[in-house]
Amino acid sequence: MSTKTILADQQKTGSGGFSWGLALSAVSGLLMLAALYMALVGAPDAVNLTSPAERAAQRIFYFHVPAAWIGFLAFIVAAGASLMYLITRRQRWDMWALASVEIGVVFFAMVMLSGPIWAKPTWNVWWTWDPRLTISTISWLLYLGYLMLRGAIDNPDRQARFGAVYALIAAISVPINWVAIRWWRTIHPAVVLPGNNSAAQGEFGMSADIRNTLLFCLFAFTVFYIMLMYHRINLENLKRRVDTLRQQILYR
Amino acid sequence: MIEIQKIVKTFGRRVVLRGADLTINEGDFVTLMGANGAGKTTLMHIVANLSKPTAGRVLINGYNLADAASQLRRFIGLVSHKTLLYDDLTADQNLNFYARMYDVPHAAERIETVLRQVGLWGRQHDPVRTYSRGMQQRLAIARSILHNPPILLLDEPDTGLDQHASDMLGKLLHAVGVSQRTILMTTHNLERGLSLGNRVVILANGKIACDVRRNEVSVDELRRQYFKFVTSN
Amino acid sequence: MTEQVKPLSNTATAAPAAPGGLTGYFRKVLAIVRKDVAAEIRTKEMISAMLVFSLLIILIFNFAFDLRAENINTVAPGVLWVSIAFAGMLGLSRSFILELDRGVLDGLLLTPVDRSAIYFGKMIGNVLFISVVEIILLPVFVILFNQPANILPMLAGVVLLGTIGFAGVGTLFSAMAVHTRAREVMLPIMLFPVVVPVMLSAVRLTAGILDQVPFEDVRHWGVLLVAFDAIFVAASFMLFEYVVEE
Repeated sequence: MSTKTILADQQKTGSGGFSWGLALSAVSGLLMLAALYMALVGAPDAVNLTSPAERAAQRIFYFHVPAAWIGFLAFIVAAGASLMYLITRRQRWDMWALASVEIGVVFFAMVMLSGPIWAKPTWNVWWTWDPRLTISTISWLLYLGYLMLRGAIDNPDRQARFGAVYALIAAISVPINWVAIRWWRTIHPAVVLPGNNSAAQGEFGMSADIRNTLLFCLFAFTVFYIMLMYHRINLENLKRRVDTLRQQILYR
Repeated sequence: MIEIQKIVKTFGRRVVLRGADLTINEGDFVTLMGANGAGKTTLMHIVANLSKPTAGRVLINGYNLADAASQLRRFIGLVSHKTLLYDDLTADQNLNFYARMYDVPHAAERIETVLRQVGLWGRQHDPVRTYSRGMQQRLAIARSILHNPPILLLDEPDTGLDQHASDMLGKLLHAVGVSQRTILMTTHNLERGLSLGNRVVILANGKIACDVRRNEVSVDELRRQYFKFVTSN
Repeated sequence: MTEQVKPLSNTATAAPAAPGGLTGYFRKVLAIVRKDVAAEIRTKEMISAMLVFSLLIILIFNFAFDLRAENINTVAPGVLWVSIAFAGMLGLSRSFILELDRGVLDGLLLTPVDRSAIYFGKMIGNVLFISVVEIILLPVFVILFNQPANILPMLAGVVLLGTIGFAGVGTLFSAMAVHTRAREVMLPIMLFPVVVPVMLSAVRLTAGILDQVPFEDVRHWGVLLVAFDAIFVAASFMLFEYVVEE
């Protein structure tokens, strides 16, 4: 890696001219509004559900599920960026990893919050140790660990390096955790409530409309994720440039 | 010989070394000076392979340190201001450990030799915790030459030593064959630097700002250079 | 009295290979283990702290859960593994704190051995120290929970596999945690979510042993545990150099 590239890296600015950021935010905002409409109003009621409360709560599914999928996407992106960072040591990969993890924390938190809101009217419990909910919680904790680790280190180079190593280990642990949790659940029959497992989604009858709404919400969430990443990375880039300048002024 | 070529080292966005170039020939005793935070220890650590440079390379006898790192470390000894010794173990245990790690042949004899050279023979079964700072530094020197390295790096070896111990250090360095090794030493003590080395190098603004042989310039000129680069901000 | 130093130009006509090859590597790993054992024998702080801590946890569980004869087998595996997990954390975080103290980690990094040897040396040392605690803990466990003594060998096997799982990733993480503020707290935060499979498998296997369940029923947990150990020791081994080199 040449000296030029390093010093050039330090001076990379956000895009000039046509503001992608603004366009992205606008598109994402519109998509989310549309998704909200479709989920709450547009989609038909699920069949086989008895009370109005249950029917209303079921609509959370349209946000709960995409949030989890995006959470895991963010995880994969973070792991990939971490690997690239360790190989190339370019700052940009570190920023991608950090941004993705931060956003992932939020999405998994959404999963953990929407879970109880859906569960209480439907199955009359606040929390279930459903495998997907459990793995989301563990992934959330892993992300949190990443952020805490970075927060507890002053040296920025070490922050990036340690974060990358941790993100890779965390990424490897997710599939193994998933297997362990699924096996674990199958021998706690007392905990399993009727309808309280992955087959339940099929149980309220996934008609074409429901499936399409879900896919649309998934798409909207993906664009949302991309938009957040774009802004967060730009923000981080600016922050680091400011830090560099401050160093240069104070220590010259 | 050691060739330091265009070494750049950044920590996050902070640039400490911005293209340091230095060639150290066999048998040179180079004194490296510079202001606090100039990057002396950083450079030392890169040459000792404790740290990877962000750009640039170090060649030892033509071999790239980055490629042949674990073999080349065999030829390097480091004395740092940290002792690199295990407090709870005895001097003997410490040296035995390092002897094993460096594959030192005839370890027991070699350990006795170096301990006698630094004047610690007789205290080798005491835990390092019980040593005075000066004794610990002497043991650190013993550790660094245990594997008979042709290159010796000394990072402010006189830190924390009083005047007397500092003088002893100078004598000790001669005793352990400093004249036959290639040495790079950093120090804040201008007088010591001038008296020990045959070459003075000043690191400023992340680069080598001054590089002279001691017999080429007068002591006054050297002092002037030193104050110009090291103490001005 | 000066000594003869081989001139630099003579020493590296061809970059020499590490003498001894693979056996040399393992000899150095062993040297690191011996050094850690020697230091621990002298101070005994780490093992005694872990032992006391683990016994305290078992005691606390005794008071926290009303352990009558009927339900003792359902909670016993959990109690054992919580005890091992927390005591193990303690030991793991200490192992690198000692290295950082006098800069001795740098001393290790200077030696002409692959960085991964440092990982193996520290990991094996950690497994050894935690095992010493477990050797005392297991009989205590059998006694307090009224188990037949013949389960000890099988239990020991499960405990060893679980310990390798903890120490495998724990060694890597403690090398990172030691550089943070609040070091002792950071290691559990990082480690626990990752070692959930170890806890689950170990507890299930232990429960299987206590309930004298046929091996086929819990075999898959054993497979998971072994797989976890293999995968994470390998991953940690590869990532270790990125943690220790600046």
